Amino acid sequence: MSESGTLLADVLQVLLLQTHNTRTVVLSTALLGMASGLVGSFLLLRKRSLMGDALSHASLPGIAIAFLLMVKLGGNGKFLPGLLAGGTLTGLLGVGWVMAIRKKSKIKDDTAMGIVLSVFYGLGVAMLQMVSSVPEASAAGLESFILGKTASMVTQDLVLIAGVASLTILFSLLLLKEFTLLCFDETFMHSLGWPVQRVDTILLILVTAVTVIGLQAVGLILIIAFLITPAAAARFWTNTLSHMLLLAALIGALSGWLGSSISALYPNLPAGALIVLVAAGVFLFSMFFGGARGVLRRGWLHIRLRRRVGRQHLLRAVFELLEARGEALAGWPPNEPVKLEELLAKRSWSHGRLKQLLRQARREDHIERAPGSWVQLSESGFAEAARHTRNHRLWEMYLITHADVATQHVDRDADLVEHVLGVELVRKLEQKLTEEGVALNLPASPHLISKTVEPAS
Amino acid sequence: MIWLLDDTWIVITGALCAVACALPGCFMVLRKMSMMGDAISHAVLPGLAIGYLVAESRDALPMLLGAALVGVLTALFTQWVGQFGNVDRGAAMGIVFTTLFALGLVLIERAADHENIDLDPSCVLYGALEMAPLDLMTLGAWEIPRAALWLAVVLLLNLLIILLLYKEFNLSSFDPSLASTLGINATFMHYLLMSMVAVTTVASFEAVGSIIVIAMLIVPGATAYLLTQRLWVMLLLSALFGILASALGHVVAITVPTWFGFDSTSSSGMMATIAGLLFLLVWLFNPREGVWVPRRVNKTES
Amino acid sequence: MGIDAVLEDRPSASQRIREVPSHPDTVPLAIDDLTVAYQSKPVLWDIDLDIPEGKLVGIVGPNGAGKSTLIKACLDLVPKASGRVKVYGKAYSENRSLVGYVPQRESVDWDYPVSALDVVTMGTYGRIGLFNPVRKKHREEAMQALEHVGIGHLAKRQISQLSGGQQQRVFLARALAQDAKLYFMDEPFAAVDAATEQAIVGLLHELKEQGKTVLVVHHDLASVSQYFDWVVLLNMRVVNAGPTEEVFTRENLKATYGGKLALLDEAGQALRDSLR
Repeated sequence: MSESGTLLADVLQVLLLQTHNTRTVVLSTALLGMASGLVGSFLLLRKRSLMGDALSHASLPGIAIAFLLMVKLGGNGKFLPGLLAGGTLTGLLGVGWVMAIRKKSKIKDDTAMGIVLSVFYGLGVAMLQMVSSVPEASAAGLESFILGKTASMVTQDLVLIAGVASLTILFSLLLLKEFTLLCFDETFMHSLGWPVQRVDTILLILVTAVTVIGLQAVGLILIIAFLITPAAAARFWTNTLSHMLLLAALIGALSGWLGSSISALYPNLPAGALIVLVAAGVFLFSMFFGGARGVLRRGWLHIRLRRRVGRQHLLRAVFELLEARGEALAGWPPNEPVKLEELLAKRSWSHGRLKQLLRQARREDHIERAPGSWVQLSESGFAEAARHTRNHRLWEMYLITHADVATQHVDRDADLVEHVLGVELVRKLEQKLTEEGVALNLPASPHLISKTVEPAS
Repeated sequence: MIWLLDDTWIVITGALCAVACALPGCFMVLRKMSMMGDAISHAVLPGLAIGYLVAESRDALPMLLGAALVGVLTALFTQWVGQFGNVDRGAAMGIVFTTLFALGLVLIERAADHENIDLDPSCVLYGALEMAPLDLMTLGAWEIPRAALWLAVVLLLNLLIILLLYKEFNLSSFDPSLASTLGINATFMHYLLMSMVAVTTVASFEAVGSIIVIAMLIVPGATAYLLTQRLWVMLLLSALFGILASALGHVVAITVPTWFGFDSTSSSGMMATIAGLLFLLVWLFNPREGVWVPRRVNKTES
Repeated sequence: MGIDAVLEDRPSASQRIREVPSHPDTVPLAIDDLTVAYQSKPVLWDIDLDIPEGKLVGIVGPNGAGKSTLIKACLDLVPKASGRVKVYGKAYSENRSLVGYVPQRESVDWDYPVSALDVVTMGTYGRIGLFNPVRKKHREEAMQALEHVGIGHLAKRQISQLSGGQQQRVFLARALAQDAKLYFMDEPFAAVDAATEQAIVGLLHELKEQGKTVLVVHHDLASVSQYFDWVVLLNMRVVNAGPTEEVFTRENLKATYGGKLALLDEAGQALRDSLR
């Protein structure tokens, strides 16, 4: 009891930022998460997510060089802003080389990034090992840039992180309109006479800033998770850019807060890895349950589509069989039982599929049991079938007569064609159908339908 | 420069690794999935940790199996996230491998806490090529570094698979839709390639580290790609560039730093660097379409 | 007896026969009820189509009408939401060897390091089988196909060094090397020179004379009646399908292209003149 009490107290103390050290760590990682969520969203939408990976790996030789220079000049080799400046330089150099390779050879994007990433990384490791033999100063701790070590950060480092992160957030908000256009429609932006290249470069500089300040906290391997994961998670929930940015920043901040809080409770576990895992958890949850593009939602939409297509096929097949039987004059055909064999002959259903469709239709109360191998539509099923058949023919006619605009408007699931196209147009289509003799079997004045017709608003 | 037998072994081990990587790597470059090598080589970490925790020892086999399995899973998860989540492939890859790597770091820390045994994540990253000649095993009259033997086996395996399925790899890389209409299972070819990469990565990491794997998967292949217009020449050239980078890389690693008063440095790091330099030279000066060579007009009339 | 019971009771002879509409083995392509949707938005609706043997079939329709999707759905390259496709009476996966495919030119990476001959040889891979190497015989077949399309002298050329028309001929030669009975071609006439266009037309007629069936996605209305003897007018649904002289009328075109017909370029103008 008391033990769990102290644990709870510990958790609360950490989550509520009550000790000074945790406060700075948590605050700066949360700010870092927020900034990278924002910037990463643009990167994701520009399909350049892995650029951050090439960039972070390419910063390693710069860090080693900066260390060496600072030591040789008699300074403190581990002066963080100096190291990060070196990393920024080689990082940008690497990104520049990626762009150049892509532009000046047949080599594609991914390979260009892979080359820069692996070569700079190899060079960086070789140089780190070299500088570790410098007699003047110990280079121990420089490897923490690879795997990250939040615990080794001092308050000034945290202040630096928080400062740069805040500036990045500020800049992305100031340039929101420009970045949005850049991601959405580069060509249009060009046609407006806006400096596409310059805006792109600014975005890249912001990405570099976030990447480099995140190096010490999470390491160069994991930092791209900060850039990609919150943004990709946010994408599942919304189709609106501003909402996505807000959400990505929130998820980033949340991951930073929770991840570093957990690591404060379990000091052995690396904070960077924990933050990445929290973000990955949020991503996984969003991927399945996301309201806009989540797996479940899209799967459900797909099932619903299949069901509707099946239901419409079945009802229309029965209705058309009934029509074919009748005298083919105005008005509805009588609702009589239909033989299963006729249905199977009408469409390409297998036995299994038809059985499935009939079960579904019976659940929806569209058909009634009939003796033997017969089925009969229920009253509501009959009305539904008449409606589907009518809609189907109207849409068909619409596709034929308004082909230039048709495909954007067609909505086969609309309850009534009128809701989409308006009464006026539907009248014309009906008239056209009648002229061509197709519509003979359509109810002349289907009261069930016409009563509910409202003009499209 | 003092050259010892060990140095020869280091170069041979590095070269075996380079060629074993370069062969499947050529297809990675052609299939526009170069970053997958980076992803897989990082993502094997939790596999090692799990293999270690399950077997409760540093016995090599369970760790290698675990790692190879997670390597293939990386490709599978990337495919799933991309397909079911409708996420851009690059982003999907980044999410999957960082998550797995983070999981690996945490698992290793847990293992260290509970078992009091140190499993250093950085060994996966850098490897210790310099240590390879110390772990010898006898094969007939020969004393061979264990790592070299392992890598030779993997190299032969990769070579065999590529020779046997040359035309299938070729077609499914060039035109996957035609491949599938001809009844060649493009998905199977994809995962076969990913398995080759995963196994090669795992066989390499202990001896030479993941740096050299990532570099050798892509850089020699890309260099060869710039120089030739025949697939088999590309495969051959990439192997040659791999060997060249290994030899030069080691020489540079043990000589150049001493000129400036440093100790010799990481050979695998330098091998990657030299591979990059070779690429840079070919990119700039290759006679066909180099950056600083006037482009010949060799397109014919239509 | 309920519905389920009747259906459960399947093996009675009369019900077997009801696997209809049944397509005899001589119908190269029979599509029933095909619906294809991207996400949950339908691209093709309730397509029913029977293609007779030995015809050159043009698939015509406005942008976004689903022409390429139709071909891809037939080849199982995109998932179907419903429906069934039969190739010579069997499911496509059982009759693969009878089908040849010419994808759109942009669908592959022309920087890929292979020669023209290598690409054409790929057409024979279906016959060679798994693990078996390419033999001299197959390369000779490929060479013949290349010569057939008139670019035998370019066999060793890397594919990026070919002009657009030559690249298209390489693809056609590859289809010839496939030696199929039913061909799908996705916009083979797109952005090719006049000489290549004539070569393709000649080739199509040769294929027809050999009794093969060719479906071609086509976008140039002016040449339709010249090139094809059968036409499918497509606009999410099959607007009309049949012999060119019956289907390719002004009325039907207006139906397929709607208001767009008025906006068509010179080709459309020529067509309207010829129809007047």
